[in-house]
This record gives sequence, C-alpha cells and structure tokens, in this order.
Amino acid sequence: MSAPTVSTPSAEPVALPAKRRMAQLVMLAFAVLIVMAAYAAVGLGIDGKIPSGMLTYGLGLGGFMLAAYLVLARFAPWADPLILPLVTLINGLGLVMIYRLEVGAGGEGGASATNQLLWTAVGVVVFAVTLIVLRDHRALQRLTYTAGALGLLLLISPLIPFIGQEINGARIWIGAGGFTLQPAELAKLALIIFFAGYLVAKRDVLALAGRRLLFIDLPRARDLGPILITWGLSLGVLILQKDLGSSLLIFGTFIAMLYIATQRTSWVLIGILLFAGGTIVASSIFSHVAARVEVFLNPEDPALYYRELGGSAQLLEGLFGMSQGGVLGTGLGQGHPGLIPLAFSDFIFAAIGEELGLTGLMALLMIYGLLVERGLRTALAARDPFSKLLAGGLSFILAWQVFIIVGGVTNLIPLTGLVTPFMSQGGSALLANWILIALLVRMSDAARKPPPQAIQDEGLTQVFQR
Amino acid sequence: MNSTLKRAALACMVMFGLLMININYLQVVRADDLKQNSLDRRNFFARYEVERGLITAGNTVLAESKDTGDSETRFKRVYPKGEIYAPVTGFFAPENTSDIERETNDLLDGSSPDLVIRRGIDLVTGKTTKGANVEVTINPKAQEAAYKALGASGKKGALVAIDPRSGAILAMVSIPTYDPNLFAPADKAAVNKAYAKLEKDKDQPLVNRAIARTYPPGSTFKVVTMAAYLESDDSLGPQSQVDAPQVLDLPNTTADLPNYGGAACGAGRVTLSFSLEKSCNTPFGKIGIDLGYETMKEQAAKFGIGPDLEPLRIPMGVSPSSIGPEEDKAALAQASIGQRSNQMTPLQMAMVAAGIANDGVVMKPYLVKRVTDAEGTEIQGEDREELSTAMSPESAAKLQEMMVNVVELGTAGAAKIPGVKVGGKTGTAETAEGRAPHAWFISFAPADDPQIAVALIVESGSAGDDASGGQTAAPIAKSVMEAVLNK
Repeated sequence: MSAPTVSTPSAEPVALPAKRRMAQLVMLAFAVLIVMAAYAAVGLGIDGKIPSGMLTYGLGLGGFMLAAYLVLARFAPWADPLILPLVTLINGLGLVMIYRLEVGAGGEGGASATNQLLWTAVGVVVFAVTLIVLRDHRALQRLTYTAGALGLLLLISPLIPFIGQEINGARIWIGAGGFTLQPAELAKLALIIFFAGYLVAKRDVLALAGRRLLFIDLPRARDLGPILITWGLSLGVLILQKDLGSSLLIFGTFIAMLYIATQRTSWVLIGILLFAGGTIVASSIFSHVAARVEVFLNPEDPALYYRELGGSAQLLEGLFGMSQGGVLGTGLGQGHPGLIPLAFSDFIFAAIGEELGLTGLMALLMIYGLLVERGLRTALAARDPFSKLLAGGLSFILAWQVFIIVGGVTNLIPLTGLVTPFMSQGGSALLANWILIALLVRMSDAARKPPPQAIQDEGLTQVFQR
Repeated sequence: MNSTLKRAALACMVMFGLLMININYLQVVRADDLKQNSLDRRNFFARYEVERGLITAGNTVLAESKDTGDSETRFKRVYPKGEIYAPVTGFFAPENTSDIERETNDLLDGSSPDLVIRRGIDLVTGKTTKGANVEVTINPKAQEAAYKALGASGKKGALVAIDPRSGAILAMVSIPTYDPNLFAPADKAAVNKAYAKLEKDKDQPLVNRAIARTYPPGSTFKVVTMAAYLESDDSLGPQSQVDAPQVLDLPNTTADLPNYGGAACGAGRVTLSFSLEKSCNTPFGKIGIDLGYETMKEQAAKFGIGPDLEPLRIPMGVSPSSIGPEEDKAALAQASIGQRSNQMTPLQMAMVAAGIANDGVVMKPYLVKRVTDAEGTEIQGEDREELSTAMSPESAAKLQEMMVNVVELGTAGAAKIPGVKVGGKTGTAETAEGRAPHAWFISFAPADDPQIAVALIVESGSAGDDASGGQTAAPIAKSVMEAVLNK
C-alpha cells in the first residue's frame, strides 16, 4: 500500500489501547501448562508415574479454554487479557486437587475430577453464551426488578417443599432425581444485578437526604427500607437454611455496594451493627451459630474435636494439614489431605496448603487478588454508574467470598460454609462464577474499547467505526 | 463513584493482606504446636512414610524397613531375628521407640542435622530421602551363642561381652526377651494391647536386664576388692600371704562372716591367689574393713561404679551401679564380697573384667560402630574413649594372673578353653533367706592378648536351687568366648 500523498491531521487515528490478544493466548497456554505439570506431579507423587489421564485432562482443559478464548477474541476483543488466564489457572488447580483427592481415596469419598471437568466445560459454554448473547451489559439495567425477583426466588427455593433438600445440615439445595443445584450461588449474581440497578436509581436520595449527628451523616428513617429488607433476607437465609456463609456473603456485598453508590460511611456502620446484632441474637437462639464460634475459639479442644455435630474435627484436620505443609508443602500426592473432611469442596484451600505449602497458598491468594484487581480496574474504567457498580459489586463479592471461606478454613474468622470460587467441587458454583467472569469480561471490553472515531472529517452526517 | 471504588479496592487489599498474614502465621509459627498435636493422624502416618535405615551388625541385618505398598503406612519395620537382638535394636512402635531405634532415631529416619547435606542432594536430584544406616558393634556369633546358651532350659538372666581394648559391646543379651516385630505393625490398638500384655508379664521381658537392672554381684566383686588391695601396696602379689579364718568376726555385731558353705579356707593363712581361686569370703571381708569405705568406694569409682558419677550412655542410659552407702564395718565387709547393698548391672561387671584385662584401663562401652547415609558415606565413625584408669598395669597383671588361676586351678574350671589362657571369677550371690542364689561369672580371654571380656548372671531360681557361678554361669561365658575367638 502506498502512503497517502495528502495527510489530514483530523483523520489520523488516535493511539488505541492495545488488545494484547497474543499475550493473553500465551498466558492461557502457560496456565494450562502449569495445570498439566501439576497433574504429572500428582501421579509421580502417588505412584511414581505420570498419570495416563494427564493428557486427557490437560488437553481437555486446554481445549475448553481455547474455545473460551476464541469466543472472547471474537465477541469481546478489548477485554482485559489477564482475567481468562487467571481463572483458567485457578479452575485447573482445583481440578488437579480434586483429581488428587479422588485418586488418594481410591475413587470413594465423593471427589470426582470427571464431574468437575464436565462442569468446567458447562461453565465455559455458559461463559461463551453469555458473551455472545449479552452484547451490551447495560441491558441488564432494564432487568433490575426481574433480577431482584429471580434472586429472591432462587434464594428461597430450597425452602419449597419437594424440590428443596437438606444436605449436611444446611437447607441450601434444590434437586430433582439425582441432580442437585445450590441456587444461592446463582442468586448472588441476580441480586448483585438488582442491587446495582436499584442503587443507581436511588443513590441520590440515599446519599444526600438525612441529617448530621456528631460526625456521621445519618440517613432518613424512611430510606432505611432497602437495607432493612436485605437484612431481613439474609437473616432469613441464616435462620431458615442454616446457611451462615451465604447470609454473610449477600449482606456484606450489599453494604459494600451501598457504600460505593452513596459514598456514605454511615451505611457501612449501620450494616455492621445490624448484622452483628442479628448474629448475636441468632447465636443465642440457634445452637449451630454458637457452635461455630466455640469451634473458632478452641479448635484444638479434644472435646470439640470429638463432638459429632458442630465439632472442630474438620477445621482442625485442615489446620493440621496446613501445618504439615509448612513453607514448601509435602508435594502433590505426598500429603494426607484425604484426612480433611470435604477436602474436595469447602476445605480445598487446606488441602492445597498441605501439599503446596505456604508458597502455594500465597501464590493462589495472589492469583485471586489479581483477579479481583482486574475486576475493580474494570469498574474504575467503566463509563457509566451502572457498569461501575455492577463490576465493583462482582469484584467485591469474589474477594469477600474468598475472605470468608479462606478466613474460616485458616481459623482467622469463624468458619461458615462457602465454596472456594472456581476450586471447590460443585457445578452450581462453577456455573455462577463463570457467568460472573463473563459479565466482568463483557464490561471490561466495553470499558477498554476506544470511543467511536469519526472516520470522515467533514459533513453533517458522521459515520462511526465501532 | 471512583473514590469509593478505590476505598472498596483498599478493603479488598486489606482482606487479602489479612489472609496472607494469617497463613504465614499458621504455617510457619503455629504449625510447630499443631504438628505436636496427638489428634493429628499425620504424625502416625509420617512414621511409616520414611524408609528407615538399616540396623546391622557386621553383615547381619538386625532391623530393616520393608515396602508394603500401602499408600498410607508404606514402610514396615522388620526384625529378622527379633528376639535375639531385641535388647540392642529395641522396637519401633506407632507411638514409641526404644534402645537403638530410639537413640539413633533422627539418623535412622533421616531427620538429623548431620544428614542435611544428603537431604539437600536428594532434594536437587529428586530422590526420596532414606534414613541413615546404623552399624552396631555386636558380634552376631557371640550374640547368638550367648542367646542360645543363656536361654537354654528356661534360664533367666543377662550377658554382656565387651572388647576390652576398645569398649565395643560384642554381645548384649537379656532373657526373657520379646519380639520387636510384635510392635512393628501400623496399628496403634493392636500394638498397645501387645505391649500392655508384655508389660504385665511377671518375668518382665521388656526390661533389658543387661543395663537396666542391678543385682548383688556376689564373689565376682572380690576382684574389685582385690584391685583396691593390690593398689594399696606395690609389694603385694599373688603369693602374698593373707589371713583366712574360717569365720570372720564382724565388729560390733553378733553376726559373723563365714566362708561359702561354712567351709574352711586353707589353713588360716593363704596366698592371695588361693583366696581368689577358692573364693574365700573371710580374707576379702577383712581386706575391705582394713582398706576402709572411702578406699573401696574410690576403687569402685575407677571402674565406673557409683550413682554419683556421670550416668553412662551406650547410647542407651545405663542404670547406675553402687557398692552401697557407708554403714558400719560389718556392712563394709559384706559389701566387699559383693553382698549387702552392693548392686551391679551386668554391663558394669563386664567393664570390671574388661578393665582388668586391658591392663587397668577401662574403655567406655559403646554400641554404635558406624553410621552411613543411604549412599554409603560415613557420617559417624567409631568413638573410642577411655573412661578411667582403674589400676596400674602392674597391679592389673597380678590380678590377671590370679584370675587365670581361678579358671585353671579354682572354681571356674568349666570356663577352660583348650589352648587359650582364660581369666575369670565366679560369683554365687545370695538373694534372700531360703531362696536360690544368682549365679555370676566374669571373664576375659585370651589373658595375654585380651579380645573379649564377658559378664553374665543367671537369675535366682531359674537354674535350680543349687545354681552356682562355676557350674551354671561359667560354661555360658565359655561358649561366647569361643564364638569370638573362633575356637
């Protein structure tokens, strides 16, 4: 092509932000390689040879991620290049650990790497469908109240007779036949969309009305409605479903979004007071809440260890595992994570800590931290309040969920059952979190996409390049 | 909204920061405590994850780890001749260890700081670290001969053989004994049950009689009294004359000290050598009284006897021996012939024999000959150490001559080995009124080039009421000495 003889300054394109698709592809391949190496390490650690499934699992994961990448490259080309490789790595390490636990238990005990790989595939499909169908996430703003209703329905669905099921003492499952679903994971997405839409609409009144008392701007009594309703909802989850984790997750995220939307610290204080009050009352009425606190304070008490219901066995086994792991870990396949009850789901973090040690856990937290950081960066770069609030809320809930479950497992805070995002075995959570990532990718694409450029420099009608 | 978003980001950072600080605290600081928690089954599994090193004696394997293929408790300890070597190897149980398994545990399981270089190499080359191998000083022929001879016909007792020149323990047998294989399975309940059963056994098979129990040494102790006497006066010799009344009148008591069986000892005045050959009581009682308690105690201490000395470790701890507290002269006379509160371990009496044989120098007894890592590199060598000088070479030579006479002319004819000069001393220690005596024998051979010193006891009642050092114990020592001397 020959250079144009006449150059017009206005037609010169503005320097575009880089798409960095190649970098993303390389990092994706790197993540898959790490996961395959980890598979090999498991095999070598357990019976001294590279497991035959390494290629199946590795290429399977690699294939899914390549598909996810191609969809992303086609439908969200400007999206943050780090998000997908980070999720791939976390999801893959979770698969490896579940595989290791399955092999270690001789196929018994509930860990199933095949199931988890299938659910990962479903997750990737849902991720792709979300990106393809949802071309403009602002469409979600129009669905604010639909999302709210859906979230509420999902949240209370386990209480509906016949389809609701109680497993391991918590009524948080719905199911038909052998197929079960944990609707709270999907509910959290719907509720965040609702919170974002609602708060964008109401934030002025929530932010400005009220009076100042001492150093705090107190809102008007009638504006307390939303926070009280959410509080009631999460207490309902806590009491009726005995699901302390989801209750804390939803309420905490709501408070954070309320704060982001209104810039009012008083909401945070009111929220903390409400939740603390609710929990104290609940723990005096419901033994399972009090038991959690008791176990948190004295995990090493043998009496609590041997207590059948609400004992410290699971927490303490996890702590033992992580202690044994020390700084470098026992090495994959060489520890005893099978001693930790439910190591493949709620306690996968402890299992990783045993075999990969402090080094592995620090790396894992870094990866989560980076993922959250990419999400928050998307929120900062977003161009409209709804996107900011939605991206902020989704990023925060990810961080908050990691904090609640990892803090619980590592005895930093009382243990409340929650899945470790992308790692714990479980289809609903994997599905929900892949949708969460699709939404972040969609918003990141919108935020990083350069603004429309005029491609002709004169005339009244402008043609835009999108 | 960006300012609040940034604060939310800060909150996320704080959360991750707290998690990171907490796992550092948990896995580095708190881990030390948590790892000690007995509720943790990992400690139990960890014992069976390492391929512990071998315990060997020469080319004989005393303990090894066998790969069972079990994923959780992979290596099992196996003792091919468990009962014979139990007092040496000890056992390796789910919650406990003993003897060499205990004393060299960090070498056997590879955790010793001495093995840090090996572990480093293994880490780089990707090999699983194996424990170090421990070679003990035991001579399998001597050990097995001792076990056979002492264990024959239901006897109970203990035997220790030492190389007088180095202090290396060549044999250490305690009977009745136990099979350490009983405690090897990775099954706490079964092992604890088996252990409790043996612990309750009235014959106490778990006690290593050679080092953990003391007995009155009887007449074998007369060599110590004799050593003190020879050291007190250079002019004394085997042919020196000494008073040997039929009965020694003990001062300030109504009791007397008779000779064994009330017999006469020569014609009232005998040579020193004769008094030892016939094991007369009265001359030694008198010598003890004449020398005094302090002199006797000092001489004993020079052989390593005394609760106030630094406790001996071989590396297992050895119960202290003692000639008893200072009482009156009557008590001293009895202590001088190995009675009263005079209490010795069989190992201690072996040290006495070895010290005399080694021209008066007592070598510190030891069991660990060599420690090598899994690749054969030596980590610890033999550690010869002089414990003390018990007597001058001249006095030692005189005592050796007299002890050879005991075998050739005296009470220990049963220990004679054709073509070898054997020195020895019998002992028949009274226990209680109406009960059978302990039968003792201490010896060394060859007298002119000592290669082995033996002490053994056959416990009261296990070899008939008329057991005696000469008839019961001496033949056992003979078979052990023959095994070492290849006769």
